[in-house]
Parts: sequence; C-alpha cells; structure tokens
Amino acid sequence: MPEVIVENVHKSFGMVEVLKGVSLTVERGEVIALIGRSGSGKSTLLRCINGLEKINSGRIEIAGHTVSSDPKQLRALRTDVGIVFQSYNLFPHLSVGENIMLAPKIVKNVAKAQTRETAERVLKLVGLSEKFDAYPDELSGGQQQRVAIARSLAMQPKVMLFDEVTSALDPELTEEVLNVMEQLARDGMTMILVTHEMAFARRVATKTIFMHQGKIWEEGLSKQLFSDPQTPELRQFVKADVK
Amino acid sequence: MILRTFGFSEFGFLVSALLWTVVLTIIALSGGGIVGFFIALARTSTHKWLRIVAATYIQIIQGIPVLMILFLSYYGLSLAGLQLPPLVAAGASMTIYASGYLAEIWRGCIQSVPKQQWEASESLAMTRTQQYRYVILPQALRISLPSTVGFAVQVVKNTSITSIIGFVELARAGQLINNATFQPFRVFIAVAALYFVVCYPLSQLSRWLERRLHARSHR
Amino acid sequence: MSYTFQFGVIAQYQNEILAGIWMTIKLSVASIILGCACGIVLASVRSMKPGIGRILVDAYVEIIRNTPFLVQLFIVYFGMPGLGIRVSAVTAALIGMTINLAAYSTEIIRAGIESIHKSQIEAGEALGFTRLQIYRHVIIMPAIAKVYPALCSQFVLMMLASSVCSAISTNELAASAAFVESQSFRSFEVYIVVTLIYLALALALRGMLAMIGLWLFGRRVARRTAVALPEVQT
Ligand SMILES: Nc1ncnc2c1ncn2[C@@H]1O[C@H](COP(=O)(O)OP(=O)(O)OP(=O)(O)O)[C@@H](O)[C@H]1O
Ligand SMILES: [Mg+2]
Repeated sequence: MPEVIVENVHKSFGMVEVLKGVSLTVERGEVIALIGRSGSGKSTLLRCINGLEKINSGRIEIAGHTVSSDPKQLRALRTDVGIVFQSYNLFPHLSVGENIMLAPKIVKNVAKAQTRETAERVLKLVGLSEKFDAYPDELSGGQQQRVAIARSLAMQPKVMLFDEVTSALDPELTEEVLNVMEQLARDGMTMILVTHEMAFARRVATKTIFMHQGKIWEEGLSKQLFSDPQTPELRQFVKADVK
Repeated sequence: MILRTFGFSEFGFLVSALLWTVVLTIIALSGGGIVGFFIALARTSTHKWLRIVAATYIQIIQGIPVLMILFLSYYGLSLAGLQLPPLVAAGASMTIYASGYLAEIWRGCIQSVPKQQWEASESLAMTRTQQYRYVILPQALRISLPSTVGFAVQVVKNTSITSIIGFVELARAGQLINNATFQPFRVFIAVAALYFVVCYPLSQLSRWLERRLHARSHR
Repeated sequence: MSYTFQFGVIAQYQNEILAGIWMTIKLSVASIILGCACGIVLASVRSMKPGIGRILVDAYVEIIRNTPFLVQLFIVYFGMPGLGIRVSAVTAALIGMTINLAAYSTEIIRAGIESIHKSQIEAGEALGFTRLQIYRHVIIMPAIAKVYPALCSQFVLMMLASSVCSAISTNELAASAAFVESQSFRSFEVYIVVTLIYLALALALRGMLAMIGLWLFGRRVARRTAVALPEVQT
C-alpha cells in the first residue's frame, strides 16, 4: 500500500481554483520532487497533504491517516508527517535543544531523558551537535533550516514534506541543507519536496512531478523527465532553468 | 476654626494616601490583567461569536468614561444589596476599565506573533492550548511588556478618579488637606509631584523596554 | 432582584441632559482644536536643534503625561486663584483639557515628524521649495497624516476624560447626570443612560474625525481611523 495517496484533489481560494484535480501516489521510501512555475500550486498541494489547507473535494491519505477536518485526526496525522518551510519558523524564544524537544515532550509525552537523547541524535544527523544551547537568532539561515529539519525528525515522522527549504539561502548554505536532505533520502525516508534546485531533484528524487496551472502536467522518473521533457511547457521550464 | 498650614505632617498624610493609590493600581492591574487576558484570548479565538463578544466588550469599555464605569459599579453594587466599602467599588471599576484596555493591547501582541509560528507548531501536532501555552504567549508576553508598563502609568493616573466617590487615595487626600489648609496651589502641586514620582519611572521603564525590544528584533 | 428599573423618570430631565451634552461637545471640540494647534507648534519647536526650547517642551510633555488630569484641573481651578488668576469652572475645564491634550498631541506629532525621512526634505529642497513650504508640505502634513489615527484616539480619550471636569463643577454631561441623579434618585438608570450617551458621542466623534481625515488626507488614513480602537499612549 502506498504511503501517500492523493486522489482528484480540488482546492480554491475564494473564486480562484488553485488545484484542479491533482492525483498522485508515493510509495514508501520514495522521494518525489515537485517542480513548476511560481503560482502553479506546489505549496498549496503540500499544505493540503498535511491538512494546513482544507481541500474542497478529493481524498488524501498519508502514513495510514486520512486528511479530514477533525482536529484530533489531524494531530494524529501530524505526528507521522513532518513539514519544513522556506522560512524555517523556529521558535525564537526557545534554544535549539528546546525547539527540538518541545513537541515530543508535550505531544507524545516522551520522557525527558529520552527526548534529550533524540534531540542530540537528530542534531548530530544535521551536523549541529555543538549548537544545542544556542538560540535561533544566533544561527545562520542554513543552520536554522537544519535545526528545523531536526525538529521535524525528532517526532520520528514516516513522511517528510519540504517546501522550498533552500530558497531563502545563499548557495554555500543551500549545499549544507541539501546534503542533509540527501542523507535522509538515502536512509529511506519517504519525502515530497518542492524545489527549484533542478540538479538536486534530478540526482536525489526518484520521481519528479511538473505542476502547471494547478494540474500535474507531466511526471516520471527524474532522469527521464529532465532529459526528455514531453510537453512544451516543461521543455521551456527546464530550458529557462539551465540559463 | 484653626487653619493648618501645609507642613510635614500634611505631606506625610499625602504619602500614606499614595499607598492606597498604589494598592488600587495593583488591584486594577492584577484583576484587569486576569479578565483582560481571557478577553484577549476570546478576541483571538477561532469561534466567531466569541470574537464578536470580546470585540464588543472592548469597544464599549474604550468608548465610555472611566468615571461612568465607576458610578455604574458603585450604584450597581449597592443596587444588588451590597453595602461595600468604596475600595471594593473602586477596585471593581478599575478592574473593568483596565481589562478593556489590556485585552486590546494583548490582542495586538498575540496577533503580532507571525502566523508561521502558528503553522509550525500546528504542524508539530500541538493542540491549540499547547500552541498558546508554549509558542504564542511566551512571544506575545515579550512584545507586550513595554505597552503594558505604559498602560500601568494610565492606571495610576486614573485611580485619581475614584476620589470622586470618596475613596481616599492621593487625589482625595489632597482635597482633604486643601480643605484644612486652604493652600490649594501648594497642596495640589505636592499631589502632582507625588504622582509624578510614581509615573515617571514607569514611563521611562516602558520606553527602555520598547527600545530593548526593537534592538532585539533588528539584530 | 426585586428592583424595577424606571427609565421613564429620566425623560423629564431631558433639558438638563441636553445642556450637559452640549457643554461636553463644546469643551471637546474647543480643546481638540486648541490642543492640536499647540501640539503642532510645540512638536515643531521640539524638532528643531537641541536647546532650551527642546528641554522646556520635553519637560512640559513629561510633567503633563505623568500626572493625572484631575489633579491638573485642581491646580488650574483651585490653585491658580492663589496666584491671582481666577477663572470660571468652564474656563478652567477648557484650560485643563487644552494643556493636557497639547502634551499628548505634541508627543504623537513629534513621533510623526521623526518618521519623516531626511531624503524627503532634501527632495523638497531640490524642488526649490521655500523653508516654510517644506515645513508645511513635506514635514508637518505628512507627519500628521501618519499619526492621524493615534491623534484621533487621543481626542476621543479626551472627550471621555472631560467627564472628570464635573469634579470642579463644570456643567458638562457627567455633572448633569449627578444633578438628575440627586433629583430623581434613580442613580443606576441615570448612569446607564448617560453612559450610553457617552458611547454614542465617542462613536460619533470617531466617525467625524474619520471624515475629516478623509477630507484632509484621503482614503487610506480615514479607513485606519475608522477601524482603530483608541490606542493607549504610553
Ligand atoms: N492563502 C491564500 N489565499 C489566497 N490565495 C492563495 C493563498 N495561498 C496561495 N494562493 C494562491 O494560490 C496560487 C498557488 O500558490 P502556491 O503558493 O501554491 O504556488 P507555488 O507553486 O508554491 O508558487 P511559488 O513557487 O511562488 O512558491 C497562487 O496564485 C497564490 O496567489
Ligand atoms: Mg510555494
């Protein structure tokens, strides 16, 4: 059974239909890259998948949960689905360690010693062991983003969603974040990532989905999709990126 | 009748009355703080009618004179058959007054926490209560300090209005001394000076907190 | 509660209440105009080079903002005669309200002036404006437009605070209320009615100020004024 099922999802903001019948499935351990022009609905799709936006019609299942509007079900879903945003969104009043330990402690009631252990493990994973007691505003953007990833990982999610997590970063800092994500992919995490890093998508994603005007315009194995785009829209999109 | 002059013992009386001003301010801020806190929560709640009720409450309190709140609590309480000392009516009305303004100040602070903080904490499966408790309110608290201290100055000053129903705080004490000495200029300047001694440091503290908050957010 | 409300009784004191409303309106409008004018002048003095003028304005603003309005009224009404200046209760109220509002207006407008960029003034100079023109069109009007909502909140607060003038026997609305109460013995009803009148006055004043803002500064400022609640000045 697939880890993520999106079936004919429609989503409108007011009069504007942003998702016009999107369907996709993701198997366990797969890495899916979502690409497309600005405004094509990539973020909206990602946010619908973890219930941050309500869908108008269709069905979404993820990690064994159905996306509904019931707060309790949504919370159960979110313990299994992590999301990382473009703007990091660390809690500025908490240290790095506290940022990571907060949710496991209060949501999952994990014992303190164990949350600490987990926090140290995930921080090590993102290469920031020495920053446990630092505050978010003492870190670079890339470091903050890696902490945000670690914070999600501490919940031990089955699926991770990434929304343009490197768009706000300088090239050098982008690299360190992408490395962490690549490591996660290699360790078998199921991931859906919205990205503008075409080279990364091509190298790391098993499948790539090109979105255009609220629809899945073209999809396929990453290598194939990039080297042999079928639609003129994707061809143009890929060409624009090479330039 | 023997006219007294405004001397040390009169000044001492004013200082002791200042104590009641401070007590009333503390009652107003703690009572108004508790009520105002819940109204601020209602004002930012996800339930539409709760928001409307809270907004109406705030609009009304901010649209009527403190003096009217005072009279309404004073006569309202006695209508309810309660013969209460002026301190209670004064404390109750100052509490209502402060709650309306604190609620609005704190609503602004809660809403100035970026909405991404709500999303991030929601995505970590926190309940709404947990979001408030661990993520939103700690940040709102820091933002709210300068304006809350600034409002405390307003409360200190507005406690003087309770002198009109006969509660003996600093302003009323000034009137009493004036009635005995007939040296209004001296007496009321002394009264004003005593208010100033309490309010000015609070104003400066508020300003300092404001600067510190700005310095932090621009780091 | 066995108490029965009797609002009807109050109707016969209509004239007293109307007279009170009228006095409250007159005092408020006059003090808003005078206080705001003083505020513009003082804020301008304040924005000049450091010196004795600035120190005096700062001292004035701090003293007024850190003492109660009621005590300021006492000093004007009871204290001034000792210095040979005797004024009626209404005049004392007007003086007190103006002094008070001028201090707050100064502070608010000062903040507005400080938010005007140097580059804008330089742009004005480049366009060949005279100093007075620059002052009027580039500094003062934009500054007031920026802080207009805060100013309006302060005006509304002043109107509400004018109720305190009843303590020096000014015949405004709160004093009318006290009179009617003493005649009718329906304290609670009287104060409910008068409170509602104040609420209506506050809403009306806010609406009027929003219209004036629309006329002076255009739509954006006016909208902010209409929705903004009285801000709390610190
Ligand atoms: N909360 C919202 N309210 C109204 N419209 C919205 C909202 N969020 C997104 N939209 C609109 O939906 C469309 C799709 O937005 P979305 O953020 O999903 O695009 P995207 O593909 O992620 O673009 P980008 O690459 O710029 O992030 C856009 O036209 C956007 O203006
Ligand atoms: Mg996006």
